[in-house]
Amino acid sequence: MNEMPNIEQATSMTQSKISASKVQVYYGDNQAIKDVDIEIQPRTVTAFIGPSGCGKSTFLRTLNRMNDTIDVCRVEGSIKIDGENIYDPKVDPVQLRAKVGMVFQKPNPFPKSIYDNIAYGPKIHGLSRSKSELDDIVASSLQKAGLWEEVKNRLDEPGTGMSGGQQQRLCIARAIAVSPEVILMDEPCSALDPIATAKVEELIDELRENYTIVIVTHSMQQAARVSQRTAFFHLGVLVEEGKTQDIFTNPQDKRTQDYITGRFG
Amino acid sequence: MTDTTLTQRAETQSAPAPLPFKSILEADALTRKRNAAEKRFKMYGIAAIAIGLFFLVALLWAILSNGLGAFSQTFIKVDVPLDRQQIEAAEKSVVKTSKYRAIIDGAFASELTKAGISTDIPTKGLEKLFSSGAAATVRDYVLANPGAIGSTVTFDLIASSRVDGYLKGRVKREDLAQDKNLDAAHLDLADQMEDAGILEKRFNWAFITGTDASDSRPEQAGIGASMVGSLFMMLVVLFLSLPIGVAASIYLEEFAPQNRFTDLIEVNISNLAAVPSIVFGILGLAVFIQFMHLPQSAPLVGGLVLTLMTLPTIIISTRASLKAVPPSIRDAALGVGASKMQSIFHHVLPLAMPGILTGTIIGLAQALGETAPLLLIGMVGFIASNFPDGVSAGFFSPNSAMPAQIYEWAKRADPAFYERAWGGIIVLLLFLMTMNIIAIILRRRFERRW
Repeated sequence: MNEMPNIEQATSMTQSKISASKVQVYYGDNQAIKDVDIEIQPRTVTAFIGPSGCGKSTFLRTLNRMNDTIDVCRVEGSIKIDGENIYDPKVDPVQLRAKVGMVFQKPNPFPKSIYDNIAYGPKIHGLSRSKSELDDIVASSLQKAGLWEEVKNRLDEPGTGMSGGQQQRLCIARAIAVSPEVILMDEPCSALDPIATAKVEELIDELRENYTIVIVTHSMQQAARVSQRTAFFHLGVLVEEGKTQDIFTNPQDKRTQDYITGRFG
Repeated sequence: MTDTTLTQRAETQSAPAPLPFKSILEADALTRKRNAAEKRFKMYGIAAIAIGLFFLVALLWAILSNGLGAFSQTFIKVDVPLDRQQIEAAEKSVVKTSKYRAIIDGAFASELTKAGISTDIPTKGLEKLFSSGAAATVRDYVLANPGAIGSTVTFDLIASSRVDGYLKGRVKREDLAQDKNLDAAHLDLADQMEDAGILEKRFNWAFITGTDASDSRPEQAGIGASMVGSLFMMLVVLFLSLPIGVAASIYLEEFAPQNRFTDLIEVNISNLAAVPSIVFGILGLAVFIQFMHLPQSAPLVGGLVLTLMTLPTIIISTRASLKAVPPSIRDAALGVGASKMQSIFHHVLPLAMPGILTGTIIGLAQALGETAPLLLIGMVGFIASNFPDGVSAGFFSPNSAMPAQIYEWAKRADPAFYERAWGGIIVLLLFLMTMNIIAIILRRRFERRW
């Protein structure tokens, strides 16, 4: 019994990390996402672009079931991560979110110390057996997020006291700390200045080695800079998806062309 | 549109009608009107605050000037020879304290001659200077210390409320015309005694620790027993309403589905907060005493009734402070894989804590000052001697509460009781102030930035 799905999983791994088919999302009677099919590759950065209200953030949030917290939200279709449907009734969303971490638009560190911000996730998931193991997780997460040198001497200070860019990198470190496989980022740089943005983008590029990253962004330049694949959403429909280079230089769809040349959006 | 077309346009538009010069150094009519309106509004505000302050000062002045008297008490120092024969005779008689009175009167008469004070009041008439509780003080001492019989003991005996009032300025000579308890000769004597150091006013611990006293002995009445009653009630209220209220609000705010039923509950909770307290009193009488047969006049029942009253306040303030926690904190917790429970208990609740505690203490303070429901469940009894034998007895034995005690004193005719009522208000206000200060301190301690 156990062998079969594992093989399936292994084969699907080689193709895509996340595969969504016929995904529909409704807010009450409003359909926010229509018939989205997408394959997201492992260890790549996939950017979702599109005008405001096109459903790219909504779709991102369906990937770790953050939409469950909204009462009126309903998801149809199937989204598989490593071949497992995450909307299967047997799936515990909490377990799923440990596997699919998320970084939000506005940096939202807990009003606790830098150390506690990182240590919280591993603590509740029981990832460390001792204080020293936890210390190691905190240190390595901060190192991976490129924040270690800046904060190693003030781990006891509140995370809310840092600058916006540092806070956002702290949030990324917090997401890494629970060793997820996928990291979802919802416009992670929209509240940051250009220098902080550059640092976060650099970090995203480094993280690509170990994680599958999906990023929603309003900035086409950012999508072009950090992503290998880009998906363009418009009015709840996935218009086009492909290699970032192709999307920006040779879009197949008229709407994509109009958007990236600045006709609307 | 190029730059040249823009400048051309600007030139063609501004050329025909140059605007008249308007100085910004002098205000035009509209600005003057606006500034005047602003000034007027500020004046209204200041006037409102001034009126409020005036009433606050008037209230405090009334309370302090009327009530501070209750905290001091006049005592008469008397050396009483405890003669064995006299005491044995007194113990054999039916009304024992009246014989003790005679002993005190005799001792007091000789005290006066010793101090060189002469008076034409007969020895029997001297007892009007003493509280009727003075004899009991001597007797209690004798019963507690039988070995002292035969020696002479110095007692500080409580003066009667009239003498006490005279020293505090409440009783005036001209008032004595209608008063058959005391006459001018007594007051002359009191003046002389004060000069001789026999009569002395000092801090009245008995008012703070004592119990209520009968109508004829206002000088002995104290608020202590009802303070204990209030304390036990507050314990019941705190331990019931805080967990129930917080649990109910967390469920309603975080878990309950949004539907008609929960809407109905919400509307009713808001309405309950506005229900007159006497209605809760009747409910408590019907449910806790008549149906559940809990003891009457017990702090447990009082606490239960006040819990019902306090719950809506706590629920409303707790929900408000839960709502005030930014949703990004919940998202952050869910994003790292915390369950809903974990995100609430680890992150939301600690951030809402200052608000919850403030709401709880305000609710408790409200309950502490509540009188009407207590009247209905009988927590307004005359409690002459009731300090419970233990914590468990404290919840079940009949007791009174501070506001109920104040109400009782204010009802009685004797102005000495009136003074006690004001004094009781001071104690009650001190309690409320302490609770508010605790609320502020807790708020400061738990407050966090995010």
